Amino acid sequence: MKIHEYQAKEIFAAHGIPVPQGEVAENVADAVAIAEKYGRPVMVKSQVHVGGRGKAGGVQFAENVEAARVWAQKILGMDIKGLKVNKVLITEAVDIVTEAYVGIIIDRASKAPVIMVSAAGGIDIEEVAAKTPEKIHKLAVDPILGLKAYQARELASKLYRDIGLIRQAADIIMKLYKVFWAVDASLVEINPLITTPDGKVLAIDAKLNIDDNGLYRHKEIEAMRDLDAEEPSEVAAREGDLSFVKLSGNIGCIVNGAGLAMATMDLVKYYGGDPANFLDIGGSSNPQKVLTAMRIILSDSNVRAILINIFGGITRCDDVANGIVMAYEELKPEVPIVVRLTGTNEKEALKILKKVDLESGETLDQVVKKAIELSEKEYHQVGGAV
Amino acid sequence: MSIIIDKRTKVIVQGITGRDGSFHAEQMKKYGTHVVGGVTPGKGGQKINGIPIFNSMAEAVAATKANTSVIYVPPPFAIDAIYEAADAGIKLIVCITEGVPANDMMPVYHYLKHRGIRLIGPNCPGLISPGKSKVGIMPGTIVKNGPIGVVSRSGTLTYEAIWALTSAGLGQTTCIGIGGDQIIGTNFIDTLQMFEADSSTKAVVMIGEIGGSDEEEAAKFVKKHMTKPVVGFIAGRSAPPGKRMGHAGAIISGGSGTAEEKVKALNGAGIPVAASPTELPTLIKAALDAKKKKVVKGKSKTKDAAKKAKPKAKSKSKPKSKPKAKAKKTAAKPKKATKPGKTAKKKSK
Repeated sequence: MKIHEYQAKEIFAAHGIPVPQGEVAENVADAVAIAEKYGRPVMVKSQVHVGGRGKAGGVQFAENVEAARVWAQKILGMDIKGLKVNKVLITEAVDIVTEAYVGIIIDRASKAPVIMVSAAGGIDIEEVAAKTPEKIHKLAVDPILGLKAYQARELASKLYRDIGLIRQAADIIMKLYKVFWAVDASLVEINPLITTPDGKVLAIDAKLNIDDNGLYRHKEIEAMRDLDAEEPSEVAAREGDLSFVKLSGNIGCIVNGAGLAMATMDLVKYYGGDPANFLDIGGSSNPQKVLTAMRIILSDSNVRAILINIFGGITRCDDVANGIVMAYEELKPEVPIVVRLTGTNEKEALKILKKVDLESGETLDQVVKKAIELSEKEYHQVGGAV
Repeated sequence: MSIIIDKRTKVIVQGITGRDGSFHAEQMKKYGTHVVGGVTPGKGGQKINGIPIFNSMAEAVAATKANTSVIYVPPPFAIDAIYEAADAGIKLIVCITEGVPANDMMPVYHYLKHRGIRLIGPNCPGLISPGKSKVGIMPGTIVKNGPIGVVSRSGTLTYEAIWALTSAGLGQTTCIGIGGDQIIGTNFIDTLQMFEADSSTKAVVMIGEIGGSDEEEAAKFVKKHMTKPVVGFIAGRSAPPGKRMGHAGAIISGGSGTAEEKVKALNGAGIPVAASPTELPTLIKAALDAKKKKVVKGKSKTKDAAKKAKPKAKSKSKPKSKPKAKAKKTAAKPKKATKPGKTAKKKSK
């Protein structure tokens, strides 16, 4: 789960990491009020879940209250890489001497948190990693022992020469490591970590991604979820306990198991079709889940055919078949549906499915081709009518 | 033969009175696995489906001499269950639970590693050695004894692949689901190493997916160290970047971990990659045929390599009480399985 910069900064501040003061606004009046309260130049920063906000014009400097009003007006409602800006962070502007990068990730290879620092901050760190990897210093921390103060000092000394700055940065790195564990972060990043003319080290940006698997023990972070920033169908799927990702194609897919769901999408693409979504109904075969899945897919007006692929192990095919019949009765779908149910209780499932009018097939390749064929047919009919 | 589990595997089910635990304990028992006990704190002394329940892993291991545990407890308790199994002296822990926080898994991984304990998973379907033992949730009906090793990061996709193999007459030595999470106990390389050493395994199917770089690392390993053919499949070719595709570990982040990179790495290591799981049997058959031809051509050169491969296979997976006739058979097998060309290459380096 992603949270916004202003939320990440709240968490940073609570752990003692120095950040400039700031407040979030959802309308121009509030933005102006915050700028007035500070009575000094501010930054107006769009709050969206995407990188490159600055380049897109979503981060602006405002010399005075009037400028803050103008920028808040422009940025609120702006579209950044397909995401609408609903919130701006109004934060004190600070003078910058140097810009560095500090980040912590879960490293899959070393099975440890890896701290990365670079004196080349303020820009896209992936670009630095690709072009000048020698400018990034890494440390894999022993997750049992934790981060030691000397290690933080060594990392900080890659950023600065002045011992005063090194001490401040080392302290920030120690605290950032605590944040990483405290909130079950999968990524925590300060870019840039700046120094000011009066010798202070400050986090002027903050990025924090939370491991979804850790959310059950962080109700306070779950409450930070910005539903407006998410695809409505994905929100509905999460509420229905389904794993779902919306895509741009026209063949809706319902599959059990994430790997098989991906493989099914891949085959749709391989045979010339275009999947409308990734959807894993999970291991349980609750018919209700099938109904929810169908409802979500049918709400996508792009969908021209639905492909259901179930390999029954724990999932029982007859349960899924009951769900399909329920969905037919309740939702009365107009798009063609192609079904393949194989494995546990397959025969019972086929009997149940006789109640409804749908296409079925035995192998994965067969049903994928069938679904593509039907989606095209339907598409041409619609196209012809226009 | 098989890898990791066989007839000597004695299993304790952690969370045996839960919905999944009780169902799969019964399924495993029906399949012929030695399910010697279960653990649910507070229910010690009772029985479920004829399986004795203990209050703790320490009690269970003391009473049953179990060497393996399988975990079906919910995510908030799974980490504790792993530590408990490790501290009770269990040598193989299979964690089925999905939804374990990655940060918890990092210390667990290193704790087990230091103690020489093998963990499979979490978020995995477990493993099965057809006709011998099944630990986890894989359906016993789709497997068949034979010469193919299967290793995968997925669950149902693995079943699809296994079913394709079985339907084509290709049985398996062992099928392992290593799990779909970011931090997992056993990776591709660990299992490839074991399949290479197992004399019954003639070829390996490796099923990867987007996210991380385990497949790329495995490809390097195959090129350097494997004499047996490996055939691959990579799921997620059509997945968009930055989105978690069901599995916690299946995410393209920062432009890396794409299916394209993985397919390229596998192909570069001489591993053919199937476009559909149904293509796997054809690719395996072709790889085995190609191998046979090579072996026939280079017969005279294989003796040396076979001698080297022999003791390895023996020490790792052969029980001491093996009858002589069988021992002869296995000793002869590595001869066939050793690729003369590759051994020569290694030596010249």
